[in-house]
Amino acid sequence: MNITEVTKETFENEVLKSDKPVIADFNADWCGPCQMLKPTIDQLASERDDVKFVSINIDEQDDLAYEYNVSSIPCLVVFKDGKEVKRSVGLKPKPEIIKLIP
Amino acid sequence: MYDIIIIGAGPAGLTAAIYARRASKSVLVLEALSYGGQIINTPDIENYPVAAHISGFEFANKVYEQAQALGAEFVFEKAVEILDSGTEKTVVTTDNSYTCKAVIIATGSENRKLGLPEEEALVGRGVSYCATCDGAFYRNKTVAVVGGGNTALEDALYLADLAETVYLIHRRDAFRGDEATVNALKQRENVKFIYNSTVTKLNADKRLTSIEVTDKNGEVSTIELNGLFVAVGRIPENQNFAKLIKLDEAGYVSAGEDCITNVPGIYAAGDNRTKNVRQLVTAAADGAVAATEAVKYIASL
Repeated sequence: MNITEVTKETFENEVLKSDKPVIADFNADWCGPCQMLKPTIDQLASERDDVKFVSINIDEQDDLAYEYNVSSIPCLVVFKDGKEVKRSVGLKPKPEIIKLIP
Repeated sequence: MYDIIIIGAGPAGLTAAIYARRASKSVLVLEALSYGGQIINTPDIENYPVAAHISGFEFANKVYEQAQALGAEFVFEKAVEILDSGTEKTVVTTDNSYTCKAVIIATGSENRKLGLPEEEALVGRGVSYCATCDGAFYRNKTVAVVGGGNTALEDALYLADLAETVYLIHRRDAFRGDEATVNALKQRENVKFIYNSTVTKLNADKRLTSIEVTDKNGEVSTIELNGLFVAVGRIPENQNFAKLIKLDEAGYVSAGEDCITNVPGIYAAGDNRTKNVRQLVTAAADGAVAATEAVKYIASL
């Protein structure tokens, strides 16, 4: 399953107005732990349809990173009904990420 | 029963797996998080023989694939205890337990924290333990680095190229790290040194906004900043094995260059062992030595 890349322009529709809870994966190409986390996110995205996964490249979307106080990646921010409900910073194993799903 | 169980899939553990498999031993590698260990945080490795430039992520993938292709088995569970009944050892994980003839502990180390109450909640909101990972968030901002060793000095130098101002806070009046790096830092106009001081409080409003610094006379001052980089050393991840394995005062496994611990058939490889040089290449070297010793031990049973 493809993970949607979200930008400042699409953030509102894709994340804040989403019917399902959203896990936004803030990442960057140069970030090793982000690349390590990616297969887990891909796997969960195809296993779970009760949550939507999106990816935000912090180099291209630094405004979003700043707005959501992201200053370390990988950072997973969980949104429900347009609001942040949880977040997890750093590389985590799959069971820990499952626990984030509201 | 496995011949060898390796705890930790960083460069030491993966190299041990390669050597053990090439000696035709059955190998199980247990890893709590993800293969690669802390090297995955390094964007560019420039000091490993043959590879002039390679990212830590690519390095980790290559060694992992090599170990896997040779037939090492991988299970992603955290090892919490080793039980020794002489010729048979049991490694207990959070989910299962596995038996083997020899164990190689290659668990590495983790960042030492300042130990301030607000610290954990602010990780990723202004507090960081890795300048090369998170420095990009602080372009033209104000940051501080805490620590006096080489990591702190190199972090400060790295951040001096990005940030507007870098405070370097050290609890003593002289640095333990390389003089050359200290001199390089002194050339930078945007690096400010704060000696004989410790960080005593983190202030935040959604994210870190300022820190409180206390000097040796008890005088308190506040520094407004955007980011705090903590580089006060690392802690070896040996606590789970301390009952069985002899550790040194700092918590590293007391084992010489032969990687042999106080328990026959149990070896230590990599950053969690007492040693002078903790580098990628010495971690890999430990893996080779520990696996070779383990193979020798199994042959003697």
